[in-house]
Amino acid sequence: MNRGWKLAALAAAIAVAGCAKKKPADLPPPPIGANGEGADGSDIGAGAGQNGGVGQGGIPGSREDFLRSVPADRVLFETDSFSIDAQDRGILDAQAQWLARNPAVRVTIEGHADERGTREYNLALGDRRANAAKNYLATRGVSPARMTVISWGKERPDAMGSDEGAWAQNRRSVTVLPQ
Amino acid sequence: MRVVKLTILASLLAALTGGPALAQQAGEPLEVDIVGGISAPMPIAVPVMPTPAVVPVAERLNTEQMGAQVAEIVAGDLRASGLFTPQGPRGLPSVSFPQVTAPVFANWSGAQALVQGFVQSNGNGTLTVGCYLYDVAAQTELTRQGFVVQPASWRRAAHKCADAVYARLTGESGYFDSRVVYVAESGPKGKRTKRIAIMDQDGANHRFLTNGQSTALTPRFSPDQKWLVYMSYDGARPQVYLYDMAAGRQRLLVSQPNMTFAARFSPDSRHVVFSMAVNGNTDIYRVPVAGGTPQRLTNSPGIDTGGSYSPDGQRIVFESDRGGSQQLYVMSADGSDQRRISFGGGTYATPVWSPRGDQIAFTKIGGGGFRIGVMAPGGSGERILTEAWQDEGPSWAPNGRVINFFRTAQGSGKAQLWSVDLTGQNERRIATPLDGSDPSWSPLLN
Repeated sequence: MNRGWKLAALAAAIAVAGCAKKKPADLPPPPIGANGEGADGSDIGAGAGQNGGVGQGGIPGSREDFLRSVPADRVLFETDSFSIDAQDRGILDAQAQWLARNPAVRVTIEGHADERGTREYNLALGDRRANAAKNYLATRGVSPARMTVISWGKERPDAMGSDEGAWAQNRRSVTVLPQ
Repeated sequence: MRVVKLTILASLLAALTGGPALAQQAGEPLEVDIVGGISAPMPIAVPVMPTPAVVPVAERLNTEQMGAQVAEIVAGDLRASGLFTPQGPRGLPSVSFPQVTAPVFANWSGAQALVQGFVQSNGNGTLTVGCYLYDVAAQTELTRQGFVVQPASWRRAAHKCADAVYARLTGESGYFDSRVVYVAESGPKGKRTKRIAIMDQDGANHRFLTNGQSTALTPRFSPDQKWLVYMSYDGARPQVYLYDMAAGRQRLLVSQPNMTFAARFSPDSRHVVFSMAVNGNTDIYRVPVAGGTPQRLTNSPGIDTGGSYSPDGQRIVFESDRGGSQQLYVMSADGSDQRRISFGGGTYATPVWSPRGDQIAFTKIGGGGFRIGVMAPGGSGERILTEAWQDEGPSWAPNGRVINFFRTAQGSGKAQLWSVDLTGQNERRIATPLDGSDPSWSPLLN
């Protein structure tokens, strides 16, 4: 279990919730584990671990190296939104810098939606989100040819609950490196 | 008196659907309470169907055993419609072969209608299932039909008999001799296996069409039932595939690098309307099944998806968030004249045009949930039919009287197939071996 990125994602979620304009009443996500997220020990997201160790992150250019080097492998979105905010830009800037240092690496950008939209609409929404991340990375110098976009709509939730905290984590775009 | 009640039923259905009343007799002026929908289901007796000669046929059944099963299926179909309270076949007096065409009406006074029939092996490898409907009080025959089928299709003969009974007593065409294709789901919420499965509308003859190694979603029948169309993550990216029912093979609908999804056939089965996402922008296209260049039908900067043809093929209803939220729009089949039709508050998705043409079913999103509703194609007469956390993805029965949909449980995310009558009554769960979503109802089989 990769606590590092999870904490980063949580921080991002809190930041997003904290500056949300649409839903000021939203509570920040509950603490990790409180809503059942990851409770089954499933390999959430990339699944590669740091194990808390320094210098055990794998060889340069590897998935482990990427996950250790960036604040998060994902950016989170507000409900029905695909806007990249300042928090997201910080994360994607770091990803772009890493990708610049590792020009041979190709990535897949997965777009996801929470369960509160219909199946087909959410496929389109996930595609919007993945493309928003891809287009931002492209403006930061990552060649579009290195990035493949795929939408999973609401078919692959990351947090398993049916609550605001889980939905906030599931509205995401994840930059995935090959295993 | 009982004849009048048959008339009540027909008039009631006509009143609810706006169709013509096909009353069996000119009854007295009737007062019908439609507040509760179908007020009193009709008692109908369905005794075991006899055979003139006991002959082994199919599935280790002989004609005598099959006669009992056919009656079970007829009774089950009629019960599931919510319009009838079938009696039997168990516990009813036995019917001899000669009595099939000469009922002992005194035996059936507890019912208003009587279904009798027989199962006969024809000696040439086929079966005949005879199906007779009687008005018990009037002691008259209302309809008779015979179905000659291959032994493996014996269940279809039973469904056809139930369709004949339903049609005669309601004035509507039936829907029992039909199939449902859907997404069979299993596994944990974050990693569900989703495979295409097909079954008779009553759940029999269930089988899987895809193996579950890649996620497959939103299967739909072609009206001629030669094809299915669905979206699959089989290749490098999620795209729409055509599945050849006879050959059992799939092929890409359109060869191009973008995500394609939300596909449905035109009424003539010659075109598929689908959505394609290009750099985050989703629009609606159509393409001939035989192949060719997709024609773009929408070009708004928002998400345009969920296209569904009107039964005459002239128009397409779809959903779009071009105005800021998901709403329903209707356009001509060439993409011209796009107009919003949903104005009821909340947001709307997954529109599906009724096979009768008079209604559009949809998923309404609001108040923290999804509900199934219907409205006229112009947008008037909106009615919400279901009430649960998430009811999504309506699909019409062939006669436009019943809607299948899927209901997802809060928390677990487990989905199951349900049906509801156009009146909002008779909500029923459709049993499936695994969880289920995205049901698509076939037309009546030929």
